[in-house]
Parts: sequence; C-alpha cells; structure tokens
Amino acid sequence: MATTALPQSTYLHDDTPGLWAWIKSWLFTVDHKRIAILYLLSINFFFLLGGLAATVVRIELVTPQGDLMSSDVYNRAFTLHGVIMVFFFLIPVIPSVLGNFLVPLMIGARDLAFPRINLLSWYLYMFGGIFALSAAVLGGVDTGWTFYTPFSSTYSNSNVILTIAGAFIMGFSSIATGLNFIVTIHKMRAPGMTWFRLPLFIWSHYATSLIIVLATPVVGITLLLVAIERIWGVGIFDPALGGDPVLFQHLFWFYSHPAVYIMILPGFGVISELIATFSRKRIFGYEFIAFSSMAIAILGFLVWGHHMFVSSQSVYASLIFSFITMLVAIPSAIKVFNWTATLYKGSISYRTPMLYALGFIGLFVIGGLTGIFLGVVAVDIHVTDTYFVVAHFHYVMVGGTIMAYLGGLHYWWPKMTGRMYNEVWGGISALIVFVGFNMTFFPQFVLGYLGMPRRYHVYPEEFQILHVLSTAGASILAIGFIIPIIYLMGSLIAGKPAGDNPWDATGLEWQTSSPPPTHNFHETPIVTTEAYAYPPEAAELDARSWRPGSPL
Amino acid sequence: MATTTRPAVPTAQAHGHAHHGPELRHHFETARQQKEAATLGMWAFLVTEVMLFGGIFMAYILYRWAFPDVWAESAHHLNTPLGTVNTVVLLVSSLTVALAVHAAESGNRRTLLTMLGITLLLGFAFLGIKAYEYSEKFSHCNGYSTPLNWVTGTDQHAVDECLVPGRAFIFPVEHGAEGAPAGAAAEGVAHGEAAAVQPGLKSPYQLFYFLYFVATGLHAVHMIIGITIVSILAFLSWRGLFTPSYFTPVEIGGLYWHLIDIVWVFLFPLFYLVH
Repeated sequence: MATTALPQSTYLHDDTPGLWAWIKSWLFTVDHKRIAILYLLSINFFFLLGGLAATVVRIELVTPQGDLMSSDVYNRAFTLHGVIMVFFFLIPVIPSVLGNFLVPLMIGARDLAFPRINLLSWYLYMFGGIFALSAAVLGGVDTGWTFYTPFSSTYSNSNVILTIAGAFIMGFSSIATGLNFIVTIHKMRAPGMTWFRLPLFIWSHYATSLIIVLATPVVGITLLLVAIERIWGVGIFDPALGGDPVLFQHLFWFYSHPAVYIMILPGFGVISELIATFSRKRIFGYEFIAFSSMAIAILGFLVWGHHMFVSSQSVYASLIFSFITMLVAIPSAIKVFNWTATLYKGSISYRTPMLYALGFIGLFVIGGLTGIFLGVVAVDIHVTDTYFVVAHFHYVMVGGTIMAYLGGLHYWWPKMTGRMYNEVWGGISALIVFVGFNMTFFPQFVLGYLGMPRRYHVYPEEFQILHVLSTAGASILAIGFIIPIIYLMGSLIAGKPAGDNPWDATGLEWQTSSPPPTHNFHETPIVTTEAYAYPPEAAELDARSWRPGSPL
Repeated sequence: MATTTRPAVPTAQAHGHAHHGPELRHHFETARQQKEAATLGMWAFLVTEVMLFGGIFMAYILYRWAFPDVWAESAHHLNTPLGTVNTVVLLVSSLTVALAVHAAESGNRRTLLTMLGITLLLGFAFLGIKAYEYSEKFSHCNGYSTPLNWVTGTDQHAVDECLVPGRAFIFPVEHGAEGAPAGAAAEGVAHGEAAAVQPGLKSPYQLFYFLYFVATGLHAVHMIIGITIVSILAFLSWRGLFTPSYFTPVEIGGLYWHLIDIVWVFLFPLFYLVH
C-alpha cells in the first residue's frame, strides 16, 4: 500500500491523442483486458434492463388483480426478464468479464490465444443483444425464455424470430469465448504453471468452456429449427404436422441444463479464490475442488430430463434422470465442504468480497438443497411450474452467480482500475443485497409450496402477503445493486491507488502492476510453487501484526 | 506464486520481427506454440460443428425410430445416382486437400496452388449437383418433371409429387398410402398431405424431407464457407505467404474441409440409402 500514484503505462493508457483515436482504440482493441471492460459495461447495461423488467413484474404482483397490465403485457415482461437475464447476463457475465480479464493474467500469458476472435465475441454479443432488444421494442415476445413448441413455433403472435436470432447469435459469442479459454489454458501457460498449480478459477473456467463448446451448438440448431418451422410453416416440432414437441424440450434442455452450470461454475471459481485469500490459508482439498468442477461439467450433461418429469417422458427415463441429478449434488457438496474447511482456523477478514463469498455459500446451500427436492420425481410433480421452482433457481442464479460476480468484481476491482472502492459502502451494500435477496425469494418457496403457479399475473388473495413481502425484498435488492454502481464509479476518481497486491494474495495477477500493462507482464513469470501458497503461519502473523486500520 | 522471472523475452512493444517471421503474433512465445494453439482451436471448433449437426441427427434418429416405413419409402424419392456422384466428388476433394497440405509442408507452391484449385472446382461441382437436386424437387412442385422443363416451361402436368415441406407437400400415394381409399389422393392434394396414413399425424413423410433439406442445406452453407476459405488460402499461397515452416492456415483450413466431407459421408447413407 506504499504506492501513491497509479503506474504510468497501463492497458487503460493511450498514446495517440484525439477523441476518435480513443474510441477506435477501444472498439478495435484486441487486448483481453479492454475487451473485458467493454463486456463489463455492456453486460451491466443488460443487467439493469433485465432488472427493470423484473421490477415491472414484481410491481404487478403486489395486488392479486391484474390492475397494472394485461396478461399479455405481463407475459412479455417476464419473458424479457428471462431472456435478457439468462442469455445476456448470467451466461456470459463471469467468463466474459472476470474470465476475460483474468485467465491470461492468472496463467502468466500475454493475451488469450485468439485475441481477434475474442473481440468478435463481444461484437456478436452486442449484435445478439440488439436483436433481442429490437424484439422487445417492436412489441415483445411472450413465449417465456424457454421458447416451448408448438407455442413458439406456431401459435405465438409475437417477435419470436427476432428473439431467437438474438439468442442464436449470442450463442456464437459464448462459443468464441469458450474456445479461446480452452486453447489458452492448454497452450499459453507460463513456464512452470502445471495443471495442478493453476488457480481454481482457471479450473472452473476450463470446465465451463467445455460445457459451452459442447452444449451451445445444440441449442443453436434447435432454435434454428424453430425459426425455420415458424417462417416456412413446416413442421418438425408441431404435432399437427407429424412432429414431436417433446423433442424440442429434449434438445433445448440438453443445452439449457448444462447452461446453468455455465452460469454457476465460474462463480465456484471466484469463490475459491476469495475464500483462500480472505482466510489467508492454502485452500483445503485443491484437487477435489478442481475435479469436482470437471465432474459437474460431465454429470451436467446427463440430467436434462429432470426438467421434463411432467412431459410425456417415460417413467424409467425420469427415474434415471432423477438418480443422476442426485449425483450432481456430490461434487457440489464437495466444494462447499472444502470451502468451509478452508475457513476453519483461517485468519478471516470480513472485507466486501468475503461478505459476498460467505453469502454465496449460504444461499448456494439453500438453492442446491431445494434442487434435490426438485430432483425427486414425486416432489417435482407436486411443485412443477410453481414459485418453488422460481425460488430455487433464483437462489442458485442470483444467490450464486450474482453474489460471486459482485464478490469477484470487488476483489479484482483494484487490479482492473488500480483504485480501491469504498470499503464501508461495500460492506453495507453486500449486507443489503443479502437481506433483500432472501426477503425477495424465500417467500416464493412458501408460495410455490402452497401452489402458486409461475408466470401468472393474477392470484388468489391469500397469497398477497407473501407477494408483497417479495416485492418489498426486491426493492431492497435493487438498492443493494444500485449502491455499488455509485461507489464503484466514484472510486475511479476518488479511490485510493491500490498498489499491486492490496489483498496480499497469491496468484500471478497480483504480481503485475495495477492496472496491468498492455502485455500483462514486463517479464514472463516462471512459476515455482503451487497456487495458494500462503505461509502456514500467515494467520498467526496477521493476528500479531494487526492494528486498527490494517488492510486485512 | 511466481518467485522468479525470466528476462529473456523482451516486452512485445519493444521487439521487432528480427528473430522470427512476421507470421508469429506477439502474444505467442514461439511459432510452435502458435501452431499448436491454432490446431487445437480448430479441433475444438470442429467439435462444436459436430454438436451442431448432432441436433439434426438426434431428430433424425427419433423420427426414423417412430416412422421406419416412412423413412424407407421416402428415400426412394431422392436422386441416389447424383448423391453418389456427389459423395465421390467430395471424397476426391478431401484427397486433393490432403495433397495440398502435403505440398505446403514440402514448400511446393505450384502443387499447392494446383491442388487448392482442383479442390475449389470439386467444391463448386458438389454445390452445382446439389442445386440441381434441389431444383428437381422444386420443379416437381410446379408440375414439371425436370428443372430443364421448368426453365423452358414445357410439358407442364398436374402436380402428383411435391417433396418440399410446406403447405403444398404431396407424397405420391401409390407408394405412401397402402390401402388408402382412392379419394384420399385428391384430398391429399387439396390439403397438402399424403392421405391419412397415420391418423392424427398429417404427414410424417414431410419430416423426412424437412430433415433432408435442413441437413443438406446446412451442409451446403458449410460448403460455401469452405469454398471461401479455400479461395482465401489459394490467394495467400499465390502471394507466397506459406513456407515449409509456416503453413498453419492450410493445415487447419484442410481440417475444416475434411469435416465437411465427413458430415456428408454420414448424411449420404442416412438419407439416400435407408430404403
């Protein structure tokens, strides 16, 4: 923390003067760090849009009657929320922002293997986003984010094709990112950076990339088939023309179930980093955490049928899918146990990233366990398409992915910008997010169990108290998301220079300056130790040298 | 984590192209690393392609299992001789691509250009034959026996077969609806269906041709991309970019071409030879 000024030559710094040159240097950059910043801005923009749609939905649900909007508008609102949040926020957020920035830094490379493809992926993302948004502007789409046939292919009178085109193009953006990560992690590691010296962030991104590469093309072709069916009135999913709508569900969930691991696995990686750094301990069970990511990636491909227990799927298939779903709980639990074992006797400091990490563990346990309920055929049939499902996946997606994203963003913010954020506001907003989140979604478990179906804009009066509670929680949650935007932007101007390694963490990304120079390292690092090589006595040393106002 | 650094590699801004050719990009350490990265990247991309076609094959498997007779029946109405010719054309083009890679490796620019040229011709030949097959199907829908008749407008007759999926779809009844009443033929023409072979399912025959058009159409799109790639490769090798120490684009472009070939090797028997 001795640094008083930011380094002079960083990736944010331009040599050429002039506004147009500056714009060009960003829009045509092939630097993974700048592309990560482009992603950061655009993905957060989409997050706010998706959040706006969620706000509309929650406000409508304050009263049992449909007094704010018609059921048609309501359908469009929740579809917009789902499509944007799933395809344009949750799937790309951690890999494209944090992963893009950190994968080369963490393995000691100068850039991703294919920098131009990396830039292309951002343009594809924006292009897909424009399609999806134009669908919303032109009147919206009402199929839900799942595009179930034959409604989406034959009956819906909304902008299905534009939305599908958006998701399809966005898929190529994902593939480009995943492909880049796989090749980079295989071929670009610094000398001495063996597979078992990789940070767990890299392992989880590797597993994520495998899923992206294997699953995304399938949803691509599926959405293409829906579009063809819709445009030319030919039938492959339409039962009236001899097709099978359940085939669509199979193909769709073959991607979309692994996609939830595309969302959560990078979050696991972030949490592993945070827990180790803020416990000042070597992570417990490194290999188990690494391999559990791979196990989740593999098992994740074999469980899609648990979304289809109430379709015409055979009972035996359902039982097998149910059983494999239980198996996924094992690697997930291994991670949680290893994180808690890392905390044990660690020198824990409750900085903002750590608050998010601890919040993540609690919320993910709830989300994961309710996932087990839903994996049991008998229980699932009872709560299928109710708020119980909605609450479950929001606990995993929001409580998991978003908590991890925010934690990671705070943790690496000093590295990305060179400046510290406001720690007091950071802690406050982390607590607000945690409280607001639970208040929003815990009542939905109860609602769902009592039988409130999802996607309804009117409901019986006895559910009103829980819905009001949920909406109130959503308002608190919104405040928790807005505060970081303000103080993070403020930190760009007023933040203290962070220094190269404000957290006293291990990891190559902390060895270079903050913000890093354009080519990451002035000299190629040579790695000689494992990741998380905290000295065994780190905790004791910290305790002894602690003074009020110490950084950790 | 890192305890030492290696000063040997200068920062990328500072170093010129003195120690290596211009093709080595700055973020790679060695040409070998760059080549391995490009090759692995291509293989990973080919995996995504396989999964893309995998969705269609999945649909194919399901419907063939559901309607085995329909599948056997429908395959008779594809032009198997032309499909066979196309298979041969593509297999030969794979050979010429492999020879092109070999020529690039041994620095034989003349052979490289020749082989890429032949590959291009074969690619166009494949697309031409495919286009003829498609237009044959479309001309049937308009009441002509051959595309030639359709263009010249001669010998128009009543539409008894239309294998392009859509409202006008008609599968010839004499094969399709065994035991269907004679009136069903006329009804089928009116409603765009091949009689009530399966009550409740208007025309499973349509599924076969839907998959045929989508799969071969997607394959043709890949052919067009492949032809573009080979043209670019030919242009670059004409400019003398490739040397025995740097011919990665030829190699990974060739990988892509082989993939197109392999996809066709699966499509051909699955659609043309299932009867």
